[in-house]
Amino acid sequence: MTVQNNATTPRVQVNLAGLSKSDYRGNPSTLCQGCGHNSIASQIIAACYELDIVPENVVKFSGIGCSSKSPFYFLNRSFGFNGLHGRMPSLATGAMFGDHTLRAIGVSGDGDTASIGLGQFKHVLRRNLPLVYIVENNGVYGLTKGQFSATAEQGLSLKSQGTNPYMPVDIAWEALVSNATFVARSFAGDPRQVKELIKAALNHQGIAVLDIISPCVTFNNQDEAMHSYAWGKEHEVALHELSYVPPAEDILVDYEEGEVKEVILHNKSAIILKKLERDYDPTNRAEAMRILEEANAKQWLITGLIYINTNQPALFDLYNLPDVALNRLPESRIRPAPETIQQVNDLMF
Amino acid sequence: MSAIQTLERASLSTATRESVNDFSITVATVNGSGSQTSNLTILRALFKMGLPVSGKNIFPSNIQGLPTWYTIRVSKDGFLARREEHEIVVAMNPASYLQDLQEVLPGGVFFYAEDIRLPLDRDDVTAYPMPVRQLVRESDAPSNLKDYIANMVYVGVLAQILGIDLEKIRQALDFHFKGKSRPVEMNYSVVRAAADWAAAHLEKRDPYRVEPMDATRGLIMADGNTAAALGAIYGGVHFVSWYPITPASSLAEALHEYLPKLRKDPQTGKNTFVLVQAEDELAAIGMAIGAGWSGLRAMTSTSGPGLSLMTEYAGLGYYAEVPLVVWDIQRVGPSTGLPTRTAQGDLTFVSFMGHGDTQHVILLPGSIEECFEFGWRAFDLAERLQTPVFVLSDLDLGMNHWMAEPFSYPDVPIDRGKVLWEDDLERLNGKWSRYLDVDGDGIPYRTVPGNRYPNAAYFARGTGHDEHANYSEEPEVWQRVLDRLRKKFETARTLVPSPIIDAQQGAEVGIISFGSTSPAIQEARHQLEAAGLKTDIMRIRALPFSKEVGEFIRSHPRNYVVEMNRDGQLHQLLTIDHPAHALQLRSLAYTDGLPLTARRVRQGILAGEGLDPSREIKETKKSRNDGGEAS
Repeated sequence: MTVQNNATTPRVQVNLAGLSKSDYRGNPSTLCQGCGHNSIASQIIAACYELDIVPENVVKFSGIGCSSKSPFYFLNRSFGFNGLHGRMPSLATGAMFGDHTLRAIGVSGDGDTASIGLGQFKHVLRRNLPLVYIVENNGVYGLTKGQFSATAEQGLSLKSQGTNPYMPVDIAWEALVSNATFVARSFAGDPRQVKELIKAALNHQGIAVLDIISPCVTFNNQDEAMHSYAWGKEHEVALHELSYVPPAEDILVDYEEGEVKEVILHNKSAIILKKLERDYDPTNRAEAMRILEEANAKQWLITGLIYINTNQPALFDLYNLPDVALNRLPESRIRPAPETIQQVNDLMF
Repeated sequence: MSAIQTLERASLSTATRESVNDFSITVATVNGSGSQTSNLTILRALFKMGLPVSGKNIFPSNIQGLPTWYTIRVSKDGFLARREEHEIVVAMNPASYLQDLQEVLPGGVFFYAEDIRLPLDRDDVTAYPMPVRQLVRESDAPSNLKDYIANMVYVGVLAQILGIDLEKIRQALDFHFKGKSRPVEMNYSVVRAAADWAAAHLEKRDPYRVEPMDATRGLIMADGNTAAALGAIYGGVHFVSWYPITPASSLAEALHEYLPKLRKDPQTGKNTFVLVQAEDELAAIGMAIGAGWSGLRAMTSTSGPGLSLMTEYAGLGYYAEVPLVVWDIQRVGPSTGLPTRTAQGDLTFVSFMGHGDTQHVILLPGSIEECFEFGWRAFDLAERLQTPVFVLSDLDLGMNHWMAEPFSYPDVPIDRGKVLWEDDLERLNGKWSRYLDVDGDGIPYRTVPGNRYPNAAYFARGTGHDEHANYSEEPEVWQRVLDRLRKKFETARTLVPSPIIDAQQGAEVGIISFGSTSPAIQEARHQLEAAGLKTDIMRIRALPFSKEVGEFIRSHPRNYVVEMNRDGQLHQLLTIDHPAHALQLRSLAYTDGLPLTARRVRQGILAGEGLDPSREIKETKKSRNDGGEAS
């Protein structure tokens, strides 16, 4: 893999980083044909390419499960760590302190996040680690062959599993009540929205939770199941039409008064929210909770930016870190000077 | 014989047999009553007087209200292990008073708060009442602090009766309250009043007293957890994630105290460290694994129950080859066990911690000096070997105050191990593989996030992988990687600290131990010699065992493996490593939550040797210089 600098070749299009789309590629997917996760991996590639992000500046993380294999299918030139089931948040938290100038993308699933990893999920939200936290949510355990996950709807019937007796965990709701600073829900069947949300998430100061309904074509894609393509297409209610605008670009305001909402991010980029059927203000947490309640009652698959808080400092802002990455500090900056040992010994009594 | 006659006889023998600088004191108080300040003050004052001294806190798992004991041993000969016998007992707690009274050795001394008003039914001890309530009432301390200063009464009475220098007590208080004159004066005035009262009202009738010596000059007094934290700071620790647990919390708290003082960049004022209190031990080790993987010197500290939770990431760290330091301050298990008592029961668990074939590198500090040294050395080993390194201390070593040589600055530069940066990869024309054994020592090369060289990155995982870090389920690949990990473990054998051996006597009997039991074993060895049995000793300082361990075992027909656990865990591991010499190894394992005593070691070995365990021990005398271990 070499940096694409042959811009004279007419057929290969490059971005402002001088890279072609193939520089963002991963290994071939070993997931099922038609799996929602593959579509999300493609949108991660597209978002990073369009944002001119150098892959070496991204670190990928995952836990265990089908979803957690997917970091292998995008950004081969980025470091990645496929950790333990439900423990991706802690791994990412420690790792990003190595070089806090890098960006982090974590991919998890509904089992990984809403069951075994619910504790770490909640606590990484409290810390506001700058991390794009994607949950590829399909309501089942795929790798272990189709058991119910914690996000499966009550009453869901699955082949050889019977009927799910328990109430589900709503990941967006859990994120919201745990003070997540960016909460979105999307649908793998709506790739444009997925991509724009990933772009916005990559530029958010802190953690961005993307709960993406990503159908499992093998175990849970029957039309009446709430994590299927058919159900999603039928029930999707987009809160707005969402676009991400980088800082350098002027925002073209050709909408009518009241037609768009603009959320300015810390790096002066913006999320443009074009009004659809209803007025929705994603900076209002109470309204976010209300809309999730309403969506639940009316069986809507609400998609879009549910909540954003741009005022909370990111984790690294709390640590007074040097500008240079901690993992590059030389010995002279991490071992106290010899003369200090006497002062330390004087305190030992 | 009447009680009076007995007391008279006791005081008569006092005149003939005075005991200077050689006794144990146990102070019985109520947990949470501020007695730790009083006890440390006595300990520090004795240390300042130049006396070899140790202090051990025998405390309950409770914030306030349960009985707690503190033992201080003064030994002019430098024997500082816990003793089972106490010449002097101070009873401040009605709840344990009757038990405390029974604990006093015949001929010993019993100080008691006179308002306790329970029977004093021992006629073979010297008893001194202390008017605690009266002296507290007369003190001008604010009423909300009166309960706390009550414990200063016994400090003053003991000082007067035993001859502890009041000026040294004042210095100790000054240190404790960091020079703040108000609390120093308030506490000292109670000490002074109590000493004056004792001078006026008590007649010394017991044989115990202290005299200044010159045995602590140049030494420091510290607990192992503080020493470990400081060692880690001098080892360049970048990242600490932890979760509160007794008895490990004070290690992380010492990092919180000293890191901002020692590791703020002088030029920029920026922190060169990160401290995170995690939500649990799963996350504490997860963060540390992440940090270690990304090129930081990462550590966590915990105790048994926390270790159980850390097991899954420990296994990943071993297989994905991530450097990390884990301090385990051992307490009594299984389960929640005895959270405030000491043990050496995590050795076999940590050795194999993780499912499948897992083997870990373990360091075993046996002194305050080694807590500091292993504090920094553990990072060098973890990064050199690219694996988690566990350091097993224990509650006794970690939380109690011990005399020690001053900490010495690391004598070797920091070793970051085999890390490739952009210029290294440039030199190699980008030819490298994450898990390839290039040097034949089983240790591959690694890169860390932030390295911008185009093929620096790799995908780390706990799933099967080949030399190039690609996913693999190939049988030969799996076998090859596991074999290389074993080879790496063999390399570790040559890098870890070798045992401390004192075999000058060429004895037939060897005593093998590790960790905090060293003072008890040193003392037992002298007692055994006095009883006519010569022994050689070996204190193991790391796993895997270095070659000297096997040599020692082979050269002694009978080796007693002394350790504080039920199952003889070190004995088991030595037997696995040296099956041909298993019959030369005998287990002397014991655990009850309290620090090991010389008597237990002595009796166990005498019994093992077919000698009478109650064999009379001649007075053990030795010069101070031969108290230490040969290295």
